[in-house]
Amino acid sequence: MPLPSTMTPIATNTLTSNLASGVITFSNIPQTYTDLVIVAVGQGYTSSSYGNLQVQFNGDTGTNYSSTELKEFAGTASTSRRSTQSYLFATSFLDAGSASLLVGTSIINVMNYANATTYKTTLSRGNLPGFKTELNVGLWRSTAAITSLTLTANDTPINAGASFTLYGIKAA
Amino acid sequence: MASISLKYKSKSGNLTAPGDVDPGAMIPITTTTLTTTTATITFSDIPQNYEHLQIRGFGRSNRAAVNDIIRVRYNGDTGSNYAVHVLNGDGSLAESFANTTQTYQQVYIIGGNNATSGVFGAFITDILDYSNTNKNKTLRQLGGTDNNGNGVVGLSSGLWMSTAAINSITITAIGSFLQYSSFALYGIKRAGA
Repeated sequence: MPLPSTMTPIATNTLTSNLASGVITFSNIPQTYTDLVIVAVGQGYTSSSYGNLQVQFNGDTGTNYSSTELKEFAGTASTSRRSTQSYLFATSFLDAGSASLLVGTSIINVMNYANATTYKTTLSRGNLPGFKTELNVGLWRSTAAITSLTLTANDTPINAGASFTLYGIKAA
Repeated sequence: MASISLKYKSKSGNLTAPGDVDPGAMIPITTTTLTTTTATITFSDIPQNYEHLQIRGFGRSNRAAVNDIIRVRYNGDTGSNYAVHVLNGDGSLAESFANTTQTYQQVYIIGGNNATSGVFGAFITDILDYSNTNKNKTLRQLGGTDNNGNGVVGLSSGLWMSTAAINSITITAIGSFLQYSSFALYGIKRAGA
Protein backbone atom coordinates (compact mmCIF):
# COMPACT_ATOMS: atom_id res chain seq x y z
CA MET A 1 0.00 0.00 0.00
CA PRO A 2 1.53 3.36 -0.95
CA LEU A 3 2.46 5.76 1.80
CA PRO A 4 0.19 8.77 2.10
CA SER A 5 1.50 11.94 0.56
CA THR A 6 2.58 14.76 2.88
CA MET A 7 0.64 17.30 0.83
CA THR A 8 -2.46 15.43 -0.17
CA PRO A 9 -5.26 16.71 -2.37
CA ILE A 10 -8.43 16.17 -0.38
CA ALA A 11 -10.96 17.63 -2.77
CA THR A 12 -11.19 19.81 -5.84
CA ASN A 13 -14.18 21.69 -7.17
CA THR A 14 -13.79 23.03 -10.71
CA LEU A 15 -16.80 25.00 -11.85
CA THR A 16 -18.30 23.89 -15.12
CA SER A 17 -20.81 26.73 -15.08
CA ASN A 18 -21.10 30.08 -13.38
CA LEU A 19 -21.76 29.69 -9.66
CA ALA A 20 -24.52 32.13 -8.80
CA SER A 21 -24.23 31.78 -5.03
CA GLY A 22 -20.48 32.33 -4.97
CA VAL A 23 -20.29 29.74 -2.20
CA ILE A 24 -18.01 26.68 -2.10
CA THR A 25 -18.18 24.33 0.88
CA PHE A 26 -15.74 21.62 1.92
CA SER A 27 -17.30 19.41 4.55
CA ASN A 28 -16.31 16.30 6.49
CA ILE A 29 -12.69 17.41 6.45
CA PRO A 30 -10.42 14.60 7.71
CA GLN A 31 -8.77 15.35 11.06
CA THR A 32 -5.57 13.50 10.18
CA TYR A 33 -3.47 16.38 8.88
CA THR A 34 -1.59 19.20 10.59
CA ASP A 35 -2.44 22.10 8.29
CA LEU A 36 -4.84 22.73 5.44
CA VAL A 37 -4.06 24.62 2.26
CA ILE A 38 -6.73 26.00 -0.05
CA VAL A 39 -5.73 27.00 -3.57
CA ALA A 40 -8.32 29.06 -5.44
CA VAL A 41 -7.84 30.11 -9.04
CA GLY A 42 -10.48 32.05 -10.91
CA GLN A 43 -12.48 35.21 -11.28
CA GLY A 44 -15.77 36.74 -10.24
CA TYR A 45 -18.20 38.30 -12.65
CA THR A 46 -18.86 41.95 -12.07
CA SER A 47 -17.55 45.10 -13.63
CA SER A 48 -15.50 46.08 -10.61
CA SER A 49 -11.84 45.25 -10.30
CA TYR A 50 -12.02 42.72 -7.50
CA GLY A 51 -14.12 41.45 -4.64
CA ASN A 52 -13.43 39.47 -1.51
CA LEU A 53 -12.84 35.80 -0.88
CA GLN A 54 -14.17 35.10 2.60
CA VAL A 55 -14.03 32.03 4.83
CA GLN A 56 -16.25 30.68 7.59
CA PHE A 57 -15.42 27.59 9.61
CA ASN A 58 -17.83 24.95 10.89
CA GLY A 59 -20.76 27.10 9.78
CA ASP A 60 -19.95 29.74 12.39
CA THR A 61 -21.66 32.99 11.36
CA GLY A 62 -20.90 34.77 14.63
CA THR A 63 -18.59 37.76 14.85
CA ASN A 64 -15.62 35.58 15.73
CA TYR A 65 -13.25 36.45 12.91
CA SER A 66 -10.57 39.08 12.40
CA SER A 67 -7.64 39.70 10.12
CA THR A 68 -4.69 41.95 9.35
CA GLU A 69 -3.66 42.64 5.77
CA LEU A 70 -0.63 44.02 3.96
CA LYS A 71 -0.94 44.83 0.29
CA GLU A 72 0.47 46.62 -2.69
CA PHE A 73 -2.13 48.41 -4.79
CA ALA A 74 -1.49 51.05 -7.44
CA GLY A 75 2.16 51.26 -6.51
CA THR A 76 1.63 51.88 -2.82
CA ALA A 77 2.08 49.55 0.15
CA SER A 78 -0.66 49.76 2.76
CA THR A 79 -2.11 47.79 5.63
CA SER A 80 -5.58 47.39 7.08
CA ARG A 81 -7.45 45.44 9.72
CA ARG A 82 -10.86 43.85 10.08
CA SER A 83 -12.01 43.11 13.63
CA THR A 84 -15.05 41.29 15.02
CA GLN A 85 -16.24 40.14 11.63
CA SER A 86 -18.79 37.45 10.77
CA TYR A 87 -16.34 36.02 8.23
CA LEU A 88 -12.59 35.81 7.80
CA PHE A 89 -11.33 37.95 4.93
CA ALA A 90 -8.76 35.72 3.24
CA THR A 91 -7.76 37.56 0.08
CA SER A 92 -9.19 39.65 -2.70
CA PHE A 93 -10.67 37.82 -5.68
CA LEU A 94 -10.25 39.13 -9.20
CA ASP A 95 -13.32 40.11 -11.22
CA ALA A 96 -13.85 39.35 -14.88
CA GLY A 97 -14.47 43.02 -15.51
CA SER A 98 -10.73 43.60 -15.12
CA ALA A 99 -9.85 41.44 -18.14
CA SER A 100 -11.61 38.32 -19.28
CA LEU A 101 -8.51 36.17 -19.55
CA LEU A 102 -6.95 37.14 -16.25
CA VAL A 103 -7.45 35.00 -13.18
CA GLY A 104 -6.52 35.68 -9.61
CA THR A 105 -4.97 33.18 -7.25
CA SER A 106 -5.52 32.78 -3.55
CA ILE A 107 -3.54 30.44 -1.32
CA ILE A 108 -4.92 30.09 2.19
CA ASN A 109 -3.03 28.15 4.88
CA VAL A 110 -5.13 27.05 7.84
CA MET A 111 -2.63 26.22 10.55
CA ASN A 112 -3.07 23.49 13.15
CA TYR A 113 -6.73 23.23 12.18
CA ALA A 114 -7.53 19.99 14.01
CA ASN A 115 -6.38 20.97 17.48
CA ALA A 116 -9.14 21.59 20.00
CA THR A 117 -7.12 23.78 22.36
CA THR A 118 -6.11 26.96 20.55
CA TYR A 119 -7.79 29.54 18.35
CA LYS A 120 -7.13 29.07 14.65
CA THR A 121 -4.76 31.16 12.55
CA THR A 122 -4.64 31.47 8.77
CA LEU A 123 -1.90 32.82 6.52
CA SER A 124 -3.01 33.84 3.03
CA ARG A 125 -1.49 35.18 -0.16
CA GLY A 126 -3.54 36.82 -2.88
CA ASN A 127 -2.26 37.61 -6.36
CA LEU A 128 -4.41 39.70 -8.68
CA PRO A 129 -2.47 40.30 -11.89
CA GLY A 130 -2.62 43.90 -12.95
CA PHE A 131 -4.14 45.04 -9.67
CA LYS A 132 -2.59 44.06 -6.40
CA THR A 133 -0.67 41.56 -4.34
CA GLU A 134 -1.43 40.94 -0.71
CA LEU A 135 -0.84 38.85 2.36
CA ASN A 136 -3.11 38.33 5.28
CA VAL A 137 -3.14 36.78 8.73
CA GLY A 138 -6.56 35.72 10.00
CA LEU A 139 -7.95 34.57 13.32
CA TRP A 140 -10.98 32.46 14.15
CA ARG A 141 -11.68 32.78 17.84
CA SER A 142 -12.74 29.22 18.45
CA THR A 143 -10.97 26.21 19.87
CA ALA A 144 -13.13 23.81 17.87
CA ALA A 145 -11.40 21.54 15.40
CA ILE A 146 -12.25 22.61 11.87
CA THR A 147 -14.45 20.02 10.17
CA SER A 148 -15.91 22.17 7.41
CA LEU A 149 -15.11 25.43 5.71
CA THR A 150 -17.07 27.66 3.42
CA LEU A 151 -15.52 29.98 0.85
CA THR A 152 -17.64 32.88 -0.32
CA ALA A 153 -16.87 35.30 -3.13
CA ASN A 154 -18.88 38.46 -2.55
CA ASP A 155 -18.83 39.46 -6.23
CA THR A 156 -21.00 36.87 -7.89
CA PRO A 157 -21.33 34.69 -9.76
CA ILE A 158 -17.95 32.99 -9.75
CA ASN A 159 -17.13 32.34 -13.38
CA ALA A 160 -17.06 28.86 -14.85
CA GLY A 161 -13.55 27.46 -14.93
CA ALA A 162 -12.63 28.62 -11.44
CA SER A 163 -11.13 25.87 -9.34
CA PHE A 164 -10.88 25.40 -5.59
CA THR A 165 -8.64 22.68 -4.19
CA LEU A 166 -8.27 21.68 -0.55
CA TYR A 167 -5.01 20.02 0.49
CA GLY A 168 -3.97 18.45 3.76
CA ILE A 169 -0.39 18.70 5.01
CA LYS A 170 0.79 16.04 7.39
CA ALA A 171 3.57 16.55 9.91
CA ALA A 172 6.01 13.89 11.06
CA MET B 1 -24.03 26.44 -3.31
CA ALA B 2 -21.31 24.05 -4.41
CA SER B 3 -20.77 21.52 -1.66
CA ILE B 4 -18.47 18.53 -1.42
CA SER B 5 -19.08 15.85 1.15
CA LEU B 6 -15.91 13.86 1.63
CA LYS B 7 -17.90 11.18 3.37
CA TYR B 8 -19.69 10.24 0.21
CA LYS B 9 -17.17 10.83 -2.54
CA SER B 10 -13.81 9.27 -3.17
CA LYS B 11 -11.44 9.01 -6.09
CA SER B 12 -13.72 10.02 -8.88
CA GLY B 13 -14.23 13.10 -10.93
CA ASN B 14 -12.27 15.91 -9.40
CA LEU B 15 -11.74 14.24 -6.06
CA THR B 16 -8.72 12.26 -4.97
CA ALA B 17 -8.88 10.13 -1.88
CA PRO B 18 -6.16 10.53 0.78
CA GLY B 19 -3.82 7.58 0.99
CA ASP B 20 -4.16 6.73 -2.67
CA VAL B 21 -1.10 8.57 -3.96
CA ASP B 22 2.67 8.24 -3.77
CA PRO B 23 4.66 10.04 -1.02
CA GLY B 24 5.11 13.09 -3.23
CA ALA B 25 7.87 15.66 -3.09
CA MET B 26 7.23 17.10 0.38
CA ILE B 27 8.42 14.82 3.16
CA PRO B 28 7.86 15.39 6.90
CA ILE B 29 11.20 15.17 8.72
CA THR B 30 10.30 15.97 12.30
CA THR B 31 7.73 17.80 14.40
CA THR B 32 8.00 19.34 17.85
CA THR B 33 4.78 20.12 19.71
CA LEU B 34 5.42 21.58 23.13
CA THR B 35 3.90 20.20 26.28
CA THR B 36 5.65 22.73 28.49
CA THR B 37 7.25 26.17 28.15
CA THR B 38 10.45 25.85 26.13
CA ALA B 39 13.10 28.40 25.26
CA THR B 40 14.79 26.75 22.30
CA ILE B 41 13.69 24.50 19.48
CA THR B 42 16.47 22.66 17.65
CA PHE B 43 16.22 20.55 14.54
CA SER B 44 19.49 18.63 14.34
CA ASP B 45 20.94 15.95 12.09
CA ILE B 46 18.93 17.29 9.18
CA PRO B 47 19.15 14.88 6.23
CA GLN B 48 21.06 16.26 3.26
CA ASN B 49 19.11 14.51 0.55
CA TYR B 50 16.50 17.17 -0.12
CA GLU B 51 16.59 20.25 -2.32
CA HIS B 52 14.86 22.66 0.05
CA LEU B 53 13.48 22.75 3.58
CA GLN B 54 10.21 24.16 4.85
CA ILE B 55 9.36 25.00 8.45
CA ARG B 56 5.70 25.44 9.36
CA GLY B 57 5.31 26.98 12.80
CA PHE B 58 2.38 27.74 15.08
CA GLY B 59 3.39 29.54 18.22
CA ARG B 60 2.86 31.73 21.23
CA SER B 61 5.47 32.90 23.70
CA ASN B 62 5.51 34.12 27.30
CA ARG B 63 6.84 37.54 26.26
CA ALA B 64 4.77 40.30 27.91
CA ALA B 65 3.52 41.72 24.59
CA VAL B 66 0.83 40.92 22.06
CA ASN B 67 3.39 39.40 19.76
CA ASP B 68 6.91 38.12 19.71
CA ILE B 69 9.62 37.93 17.12
CA ILE B 70 11.61 34.76 16.95
CA ARG B 71 15.06 34.09 15.70
CA VAL B 72 16.80 31.39 13.77
CA ARG B 73 20.40 30.25 13.59
CA TYR B 74 22.00 27.60 11.46
CA ASN B 75 24.62 25.05 12.52
CA GLY B 76 24.96 26.83 15.86
CA ASP B 77 26.56 29.85 14.19
CA THR B 78 26.47 32.80 16.62
CA GLY B 79 28.62 35.06 14.45
CA SER B 80 27.44 38.23 12.72
CA ASN B 81 26.62 36.34 9.56
CA TYR B 82 22.91 36.97 9.12
CA ALA B 83 20.86 39.55 7.26
CA VAL B 84 17.18 40.07 6.62
CA HIS B 85 14.81 42.33 4.67
CA VAL B 86 11.28 42.64 6.05
CA LEU B 87 7.96 44.05 4.82
CA ASN B 88 5.37 44.29 7.62
CA GLY B 89 1.86 45.61 8.13
CA ASP B 90 0.11 46.02 11.48
CA GLY B 91 -3.23 47.30 10.26
CA SER B 92 -2.16 50.94 10.64
CA LEU B 93 1.36 51.19 9.31
CA ALA B 94 3.09 49.41 6.46
CA GLU B 95 6.81 49.40 7.04
CA SER B 96 9.94 47.87 5.69
CA PHE B 97 13.38 47.51 7.18
CA ALA B 98 16.63 45.65 6.80
CA ASN B 99 18.92 44.25 9.44
CA THR B 100 22.44 43.40 8.42
CA THR B 101 25.38 41.82 10.20
CA GLN B 102 23.14 40.19 12.76
CA THR B 103 23.96 37.27 15.03
CA TYR B 104 20.62 35.66 14.12
CA GLN B 105 17.82 36.06 11.63
CA GLN B 106 14.99 37.93 13.34
CA VAL B 107 12.15 37.19 11.06
CA TYR B 108 9.20 35.28 12.43
CA ILE B 109 6.14 36.75 14.11
CA ILE B 110 4.10 34.82 16.66
CA GLY B 111 1.66 35.57 19.44
CA GLY B 112 2.85 37.00 22.75
CA ASN B 113 1.46 36.41 26.20
CA ASN B 114 -0.53 39.66 26.27
CA ALA B 115 -2.61 38.46 23.36
CA THR B 116 -6.04 37.03 24.10
CA SER B 117 -5.84 33.55 25.53
CA GLY B 118 -5.83 31.00 22.75
CA VAL B 119 -4.27 33.27 20.13
CA PHE B 120 -1.28 31.75 18.37
CA GLY B 121 0.64 33.20 15.44
CA ALA B 122 2.00 31.23 12.52
CA PHE B 123 4.79 31.25 9.98
CA ILE B 124 5.88 29.34 6.90
CA THR B 125 9.54 29.48 5.96
CA ASP B 126 11.36 28.04 2.97
CA ILE B 127 15.12 27.52 3.18
CA LEU B 128 16.40 27.13 -0.34
CA ASP B 129 19.21 24.87 -1.53
CA TYR B 130 20.18 24.28 2.11
CA SER B 131 22.67 21.49 1.46
CA ASN B 132 24.65 23.26 -1.24
CA THR B 133 28.25 23.96 -0.17
CA ASN B 134 28.96 26.54 -2.88
CA LYS B 135 26.35 29.17 -2.02
CA ASN B 136 25.32 31.32 0.86
CA LYS B 137 21.87 30.35 2.09
CA THR B 138 18.62 32.17 1.39
CA LEU B 139 15.24 31.90 3.05
CA ARG B 140 11.87 33.42 2.44
CA GLN B 141 9.05 33.55 4.91
CA LEU B 142 5.44 34.55 5.52
CA GLY B 143 4.27 35.03 9.08
CA GLY B 144 1.81 36.82 11.27
CA THR B 145 -0.52 36.93 14.23
CA ASP B 146 -3.93 38.53 14.65
CA ASN B 147 -5.54 39.38 17.98
CA ASN B 148 -8.89 40.87 16.92
CA GLY B 149 -7.94 44.51 17.19
CA ASN B 150 -4.23 44.32 16.70
CA GLY B 151 -1.94 42.13 14.72
CA VAL B 152 0.92 42.05 12.30
CA VAL B 153 1.64 40.19 9.10
CA GLY B 154 4.85 40.22 7.11
CA LEU B 155 7.08 38.88 4.40
CA SER B 156 10.82 38.62 4.62
CA SER B 157 13.88 37.32 2.90
CA GLY B 158 16.92 36.22 4.82
CA LEU B 159 20.56 35.49 4.21
CA TRP B 160 23.05 33.34 6.06
CA MET B 161 26.50 34.20 4.83
CA SER B 162 27.93 30.73 4.89
CA THR B 163 28.53 28.09 2.27
CA ALA B 164 28.20 25.32 4.82
CA ALA B 165 25.43 22.82 4.32
CA ILE B 166 22.73 23.35 6.94
CA ASN B 167 22.57 20.37 9.27
CA SER B 168 20.88 22.00 12.24
CA ILE B 169 18.43 24.84 12.83
CA THR B 170 17.84 26.56 16.15
CA ILE B 171 14.71 28.63 16.78
CA THR B 172 14.35 30.96 19.75
CA ALA B 173 12.17 33.93 20.68
CA ILE B 174 12.52 36.97 22.88
CA GLY B 175 10.35 35.02 25.30
CA SER B 176 9.98 31.27 25.58
CA PHE B 177 7.53 29.22 23.57
CA LEU B 178 4.38 28.17 25.39
CA GLN B 179 2.61 24.85 25.49
CA TYR B 180 0.84 23.85 22.25
CA SER B 181 3.35 25.71 20.10
CA SER B 182 4.27 23.46 17.21
CA PHE B 183 7.13 23.43 14.71
CA ALA B 184 7.26 21.04 11.77
CA LEU B 185 10.23 20.55 9.45
CA TYR B 186 9.74 19.25 5.92
CA GLY B 187 12.13 18.32 3.14
CA ILE B 188 11.29 19.14 -0.47
CA LYS B 189 12.75 16.57 -2.82
CA ARG B 190 14.58 17.32 -6.02
CA ALA B 191 13.55 15.68 -9.26
CA GLY B 192 14.82 12.14 -9.51
CA ALA B 193 15.43 11.81 -5.77
